[in-house]
Amino acid sequence: MTQSRHSAASFLYEEPGPRGRRMILVGSIVSALVVAGFIALGLYQFASHGQLDAAKWAPFTQWPIWEFLLVGFLGTLAAAGIVAVLGSALGIILALGRISKVRVVRMLATAYIEIGRTVPVLLLIYLMLFGLPQLGINLPTLWKLVVPLTIANSAVFAEIVRAGIMSLPRGQTEAALSLGLRQWQTMAYVVLPQALRNVVPSLVSQLVSLLKDTSLGYIVAYTELLYRGQVLSTFNHLLIQTFLVVTLIYLVFNGSLSALASRLQKPTRRRKPIAPLLSALPMPIGAVESDARA
Amino acid sequence: MNNILTPENIGLLLQALGTTLLMFVVAGIGSLILGVLVTVARVSPIPILRWAAWCYVQFFINVPLLALLILAVFALPDAGLIAPLTPTAIIVLTVYEAAYVAEAVRSGVNTVGVGQVEAGRALGLSLLQSFRWVIIPQSLRAVVQPLGNVMIALAMNTALAAVVGVVEFTSEVNKLNLVFAQPIQIFTGAGIVYMAIALAIGLGTGWIERRVAIVR
Repeated sequence: MTQSRHSAASFLYEEPGPRGRRMILVGSIVSALVVAGFIALGLYQFASHGQLDAAKWAPFTQWPIWEFLLVGFLGTLAAAGIVAVLGSALGIILALGRISKVRVVRMLATAYIEIGRTVPVLLLIYLMLFGLPQLGINLPTLWKLVVPLTIANSAVFAEIVRAGIMSLPRGQTEAALSLGLRQWQTMAYVVLPQALRNVVPSLVSQLVSLLKDTSLGYIVAYTELLYRGQVLSTFNHLLIQTFLVVTLIYLVFNGSLSALASRLQKPTRRRKPIAPLLSALPMPIGAVESDARA
Repeated sequence: MNNILTPENIGLLLQALGTTLLMFVVAGIGSLILGVLVTVARVSPIPILRWAAWCYVQFFINVPLLALLILAVFALPDAGLIAPLTPTAIIVLTVYEAAYVAEAVRSGVNTVGVGQVEAGRALGLSLLQSFRWVIIPQSLRAVVQPLGNVMIALAMNTALAAVVGVVEFTSEVNKLNLVFAQPIQIFTGAGIVYMAIALAIGLGTGWIERRVAIVR
């Protein structure tokens, strides 16, 4: 991350002279004061309402509390893992469907992807909570969360995979076909492996977004981190402390995943030193970058 | 379906839809402005600002929106930080989506040609002036589509405000379902409304992009 930030910033201004350095120094001091001021203000606000009292934080030095929350986090990981596996498998199928030569398949896949991307997951969950029991289907809580998330995320995965396939030079397909590979062999052995490798960073970022989505388990009362935090806070009445700790757990885990994603992004950057100009074409950036987070 | 869509219920639904659209518009404009400011801080020559902006983006990209909403609505009042419900939800949505706007705009900054920046410098523009007149306009023009996707995500995310008690479209729809118990029709209908909103945003961004895209 640090590296890319610098490369992004460096061409925007030249090496500062004596006056520029003075300005930067003044700016640094002012912004440090402002940042410190905000932090101090926040701490003061918390302290004046007794939220920083040692007694309120002491429970979080106890292992049982952490164990309670970590059981929830395991639930989060389980749900996210299932959604990731099902969603990416379905996503690949949908992506292939969307570029299929058969018109009906193409239309169906496109319709699914557009619906999956533009309906709030919460509505899908409500449909799952209230709609299915009416049809006599009653899923376990885990699946009430996993099914809506899979529906939504597979559409996003499909768009990421499609962007990867589209960004591959045409020559790859042509070469494979001229070697006598069949259409499906070309896709399976030549196009997909390369396309997937190219979009790994986007897939990992989507994993972060998916893991965040599992917090909707709070609504279906599935034992995941946020729900556990809620349960814990009704017992200890330490709302601020509990939810800050929950937030911190999400931050640490997802932060590591995001760092992994940006590390995975680097080799491709190195291969194209003139990336700014190459990526000036609006389409591919839009497709890959935005899908990574949709 | 006819007995559900009585004039009274339609009125309630439209009012709730109004709340949803209000949240979307205010948080949308707010997050675009805040996101651009964060981007400027992130590529500025001042290390502390760069660091602060990086922390900001990392925090909001890695923490679930629902956790933030619950923290802001249920927990922060314990520290004396309390505001009316809908404005609280709008503020949380704004600061959350601003991180995604900042990510999108930053990828736009990378597309600005070195020559453009150098030309601005050669004309004697100060750093702030070249941000204002050269870098930010061109960055924004390059990322209309990604920003449109952020806005669609924002429109979807306003539904989460229902969980913390804001009476917006999804929660009103859910209430209707509790009365009429026809979940499949009711939620499908609501889904179509959200799809229409997303479609409108998509068409809007497509229109804007055609007008402002930089052809190189």
